[in-house]
Amino acid sequence: MKRTLALILLLTTSTILCSSPDSIKTILEVGPEGKGNSKAAEAWSKITENADVNSLIMVFDAMDKAGPIASNWLRSAAEVIAKNLEKSGQTAIDPLGEYFMDQSHPPKARRFAFELIKKNEPITAKALIPGLLNDPSPELRRDAISSLIDQASSLKKEGKKSAAILIYRQALNAAVEENQVNPISKSLKELGIEVDLPKHFGFLMRWNVIGPFDNTERKGFETIFPPEEEINFSAKYKGKEKETEWVSLASSDSLGKIDLNKPFGMLKETTAYAYTEFESKSSRTAELRLGCKNAWKIWVNGKYIFGRDEYHRGQRIDQYKLNIQLKEGKNTILVKACQNEQTEEWTVQWEFQLRVCDESGVAILASNRKPTPQSEKQSRRPRRSKS
Amino acid sequence: MKTILNLLAALSISSSAQLLNAEDWLQFRGTDHRGIADSSKLPTSISSEKNIAWKKSLPGRGLSSPIIIGNRIFLTAASTTDQSRLHIMCFNSDDGTTLWSREFWATGRTICHEKTCVAAPTPASDGKRIYALYSSNDLICLDLNGNLKWMRALMKDYPNASNSLGLASSPIIVSNTLIVQVENDSESFTAGIDLNKGTNIWKFPRTKKANWTSPIKVEKNVVAIQGSEGVSAIEASSGRILWSYGEGAATIPSSVASKDGSTIFIPSNGITALKPRNDNNTPEILWQEPQLRPGTASPIIVDDKIFIINRAGVLNAAKKDTGERLWRLRLEGPFSGSPVASKGHIYIASERKGLLQSVDLSGKEGKITGTIELGETILGTPAIANDSLYVRSDHHLWKISNPK
Repeated sequence: MKRTLALILLLTTSTILCSSPDSIKTILEVGPEGKGNSKAAEAWSKITENADVNSLIMVFDAMDKAGPIASNWLRSAAEVIAKNLEKSGQTAIDPLGEYFMDQSHPPKARRFAFELIKKNEPITAKALIPGLLNDPSPELRRDAISSLIDQASSLKKEGKKSAAILIYRQALNAAVEENQVNPISKSLKELGIEVDLPKHFGFLMRWNVIGPFDNTERKGFETIFPPEEEINFSAKYKGKEKETEWVSLASSDSLGKIDLNKPFGMLKETTAYAYTEFESKSSRTAELRLGCKNAWKIWVNGKYIFGRDEYHRGQRIDQYKLNIQLKEGKNTILVKACQNEQTEEWTVQWEFQLRVCDESGVAILASNRKPTPQSEKQSRRPRRSKS
Repeated sequence: MKTILNLLAALSISSSAQLLNAEDWLQFRGTDHRGIADSSKLPTSISSEKNIAWKKSLPGRGLSSPIIIGNRIFLTAASTTDQSRLHIMCFNSDDGTTLWSREFWATGRTICHEKTCVAAPTPASDGKRIYALYSSNDLICLDLNGNLKWMRALMKDYPNASNSLGLASSPIIVSNTLIVQVENDSESFTAGIDLNKGTNIWKFPRTKKANWTSPIKVEKNVVAIQGSEGVSAIEASSGRILWSYGEGAATIPSSVASKDGSTIFIPSNGITALKPRNDNNTPEILWQEPQLRPGTASPIIVDDKIFIINRAGVLNAAKKDTGERLWRLRLEGPFSGSPVASKGHIYIASERKGLLQSVDLSGKEGKITGTIELGETILGTPAIANDSLYVRSDHHLWKISNPK
């Protein structure tokens, strides 16, 4: 009886091991608009049925090659396999630990592996947290940074200023998310240390801008104005109502906002362009992260990246994440920002905030970056006339 | 005990087709999108002491409604600081035990106004599968056991189909087609999605204007989709536009149809009662009442009356056939969710303090018959099934029912 059961188990296992690579391949082939969904569902069933620890790791490994949709299919399979293994008393801590420790794997997948470890070995997971301070996964960093913030806060309350500053600064060096960076910055300010937030985030603070061009009836978004065809700082062009030319604009805003109302006045139904150059130390992939509540388009090195014609629906740091390729040396960045016709108080903003960073959100600073402009004493924006 | 309950739940899952009945609450505002469950025996005078059957902790945030199939409750949520973790959970309605839960990574943008969240749309079900949509435009289909059947990353397919304030339209199933309405200022569309494959059966562009309303079923194969320009009726199976009403409509409260589908009540010029014609020509306007102007909550039809809750939190009753206003009753608002009703009573929870209120509609005027202060912000619409009311906040799901 035992031998029969062992044979069945062996056959089942070998079937799984044979079918899993094919099934994973099927899932990796899911495409846009639901392409491959039906086959992927069959593959998902095969992968999750009677799966063992090896299958779980095979699924995790496959995430290295998976796009966002296939990653979710695989994540879901891994979640079900892990739950089934847990029910049957099997542990996958060792291989999951190996996977988690290897920073070449996708950050989200490593975070997921960490959560599975944490579920089964919470004490081990807690011990691992301090070592995650500079992890490529922002989610993994987060816990380590929170821990440092707590420690620094305690030291601050105890009046140990120097120690608190050191710990806060260590936390800041690792922090990439606004909701951790800002409280750290605020605490450091209270302790007498000013943080250069634009530099920390990698916001681009110095631009050449030109405008206003027309955006009546929101048609300016699609209209090709001269800066889309040439960048010539000595040229003058016909603007919305008068001749327009390039002017320099430097921002001192702590979150890198480039306020186009400042050079052009608080206008409506207008379009402007902002241009800057970014010297990269090497050829590399990077992310442009934009926050903007006006319609916008972006070009890098003359290549159109993305655009969006939504107005005044909300803005936040890192609202849009755009993958770009930086070349070594000079890179050009052109932003088009359109203001619409709305007159409500909350539609005054004509601005954007743009930073260059890696996939984790860590700033990539240009080799030609100049010191962050100092804030103007009188930076308050005049109120719009109600007439 | 828990094991037995789980076993029973598992057995019921395997025979789900038999369990699908009129008591199920399959989509936003119920199976027919009218918010009515007249076969349920809900408490008519609610109180915290008597009627809270159980309270279940939830992860992250969410304002989607629960949907209920047999004795299982399905609910969505979104967690982590940027709400990029999407949850689908299944609970046993008897005691709130978690039967299973699944997580996914959002593939689209998750920015939202703080008052809404990524898990805003209510999932839909055909009794065999769950179809969950999020503001990130991830559309996920699971069977009732939590097995993944298909996925769509609609923001990958249509990169500008997003709203920086958040999307909230709930998908619905009509004529074996999942109707998904994604409308915003940049890339708007409505699509009919194949229930089995997750592919588009049809898709057409819509006006580029932010819109948070949900489609409603009008007849067997007819869906009404509402937007800033008005309302269009479409054939669910083909996407063919049958008729349009072009006098504009609200972009937050959704329309409601009469039980027989002969009249549609649209949040337009107050409320506009519209009678579709058999030949699909421009529908007839039966009445318009500018004073019946709903706030965020969608209107509801109970018997021969229409009820709307205005921005001030006042419940307005009017005759369904004429729009003649009958009475007003100030509730304790404000309200973001919509009312539901059973046996001549309306139930709705307020945003602040989560004050669940029951209102008796049977008299000459409305009367508040009971309240339960849930103590948390409630932004969603309750669901009714199994003689119970289910209400959710970001942090909890409550079952409200008569004491056993």
